[in-house]
Amino acid sequence: MAIWLTKDSKVIVQGMTGSEGSKHTRRMLAAGTNVVGGTNPRKAGQTVDFDGTALPVFATVADAMAQTGADVTVIFVPPQFTKAAVIEAIDAEIPLAVVITEGVPVHDTAAFWAYNVAKGERTRIIGPNCPGIASPGASNAGIIPADITGTGRIGLVSKSGTLTYQMMYELRDIGFSTCVGIGGDPIIGTTHIDALAAFEADPDTDAIVMIGEIGGDAEERAADFIKANVTKPVVGYIAGFTAPPGKTMGHAGAIISGSAGTAEAKKEALEAVGVKVGKTPTETAKLMREIMSAG
Amino acid sequence: MDLYEYQGRDLFERHGLPVLAGGVANTPEEARAIAERLGGRVVVKAQVKVGGRGKAGGVKLAEGADETVARATDILGMDIKGHTVHKVMITVTADVAEEYYFSYLLDRANRTFLCIASVAGGMDIEQVAAETPDKVVKAPIDAVKGVDEAKAREIVTAAGFPAEVADQVVDVAVALWQAFVAEDATLIEVNPLAKTGDGKLLLLDAKVTLDENAGFRHPDHEALVDQAAVDPLEQAAKEKDLNYVKLDGEVGIIGNGAGLVMSTLDVVAYAGERHGGVKPANFLDIGGGASAAVMANGLEIVLSDPSVRSVFVNVFGGITACDEVANGIVQALALLEQRGEKVTKPLVVRLDGNNAEAGRAILDGANNPLVQRVDTMDGAAERAAELAAAGV
Repeated sequence: MAIWLTKDSKVIVQGMTGSEGSKHTRRMLAAGTNVVGGTNPRKAGQTVDFDGTALPVFATVADAMAQTGADVTVIFVPPQFTKAAVIEAIDAEIPLAVVITEGVPVHDTAAFWAYNVAKGERTRIIGPNCPGIASPGASNAGIIPADITGTGRIGLVSKSGTLTYQMMYELRDIGFSTCVGIGGDPIIGTTHIDALAAFEADPDTDAIVMIGEIGGDAEERAADFIKANVTKPVVGYIAGFTAPPGKTMGHAGAIISGSAGTAEAKKEALEAVGVKVGKTPTETAKLMREIMSAG
Repeated sequence: MDLYEYQGRDLFERHGLPVLAGGVANTPEEARAIAERLGGRVVVKAQVKVGGRGKAGGVKLAEGADETVARATDILGMDIKGHTVHKVMITVTADVAEEYYFSYLLDRANRTFLCIASVAGGMDIEQVAAETPDKVVKAPIDAVKGVDEAKAREIVTAAGFPAEVADQVVDVAVALWQAFVAEDATLIEVNPLAKTGDGKLLLLDAKVTLDENAGFRHPDHEALVDQAAVDPLEQAAKEKDLNYVKLDGEVGIIGNGAGLVMSTLDVVAYAGERHGGVKPANFLDIGGGASAAVMANGLEIVLSDPSVRSVFVNVFGGITACDEVANGIVQALALLEQRGEKVTKPLVVRLDGNNAEAGRAILDGANNPLVQRVDTMDGAAERAAELAAAGV
């Protein structure tokens, strides 16, 4: 088993006929993901061939769900159309929407998040600006390369895509239950805390790696949550110790504002609740390796 | 993108909010023209994106055009906390009776927006909040419902604005929210929001941050970028769609993915502690799925930075294919050679992930003495720092 995404998940792709969407649909299929179709109102009724797998195109998420029983959508539409795509997914009450798109205006994210809350949060949103979620050996919703690691009992939650891959690679011999890339935007749907809670409850996860970066106070709040709610061992890594204040470091959310959002403060908050924080990704992996071998 | 005060003032004016008449000057002569147009007493304010300019002598009163020119001459070129003053804003003066505080900002923790309002304005709001928390109202704003008159009145009442200005503050709160949404701002801070002697409200300062991700629906925002203040390397990188930030060290950094690049900066800085204190010279994220051309562009930018002594290329191929990265390195070096720009700075390259074997083979095959392959990220950072220190 895994969190949120399992081998039984039925995945659709919003933007499947676009260049990014089709490229990654092919990769998800190759990873064994049960992709059951996609949406594009202008191409509804057509099918698209992916190396021998013909996938139907539906007009809307609701249609796709009704026809296929889909319970996960992966969104690859351009930033201008992302808000409408997510709202469509929320209206269809799909249980999981993974928003890969980078460069979504924060007012749009705030709006679709508020809309989701008003609708009773029936849809879990991961992202935007994230690599998605992968349960190795079971399913892959997004752009995380499937072949880095196999199934295991470590849970991983990270703001960064490539650091997710790096950590999966470092610990590939031990393996992961689920890896969640929550994204580096200032407002995101699923947080570190959501993932920590799910991993804590998941019988197939024994320990958790949490990767954060400068900006905001999500890691500090995660530390408070760990103290009160998490009994499984957690190892942390924070990127951005040498980032200068006031400069956005690639991710829209990765910015130190005044004295807030520094890597040092995040590390201290995590260490104060007993989380071991590695100085480099490799050292972090080593800390996890020690925990897993101590069993 | 953070705006200058004068840009924020203009933005407020465009949205029908009450601001002081004024203009912005790059030279004392432009200041004279504005002073003559405004007439009488004016205030000359340094335009810098940093607080504390008043204490630094960057805000002066002037009577008439000659004195305005003199004050503008004093302030232009002044250094305020490392920021050189290139522009001054000149406005008429206001007869201020009371100073309030009002802002809208992004509330990351609650995934929404926040309004902060206080009748104790004019000073640092964080200080007011720390010393007299009861004088500061923080009201979450629903991103869908926004701020209508009822919501604005709720905030105004909670903050305890005096009855004689309450209606005006409600109007300002609604209009400011509309501006906040219409412009895709992530911060609008008015401090002070002033009441004049005759009971009128004025927005006397403007701190505005706009969301660069929303640029596609605001073609006019591009003109707000202060080209003169942009680092030339950052500008060159931007023209090639590269995500580059200039830093002040000696080890050039190229990687893929914001998180991995940030991490690379840290790992290099730690290694630098053992090698003469060398530091990362830049942040450069070539992004996901980068082609050989993108890699070559990135390398060209980093090598053109005179403070760079060694370069660390750190790639974990997810979507990015390591053979593309390796080809980009080989092509860039050949291209620079062809142009007669002799590359002398050593490159340390670490490739893992997608097509890593092929990428390593390409680098080994090219057999360029400047390129060193190291298998691990920490080991490569160590080597890059060592080379930068040796190149001093």
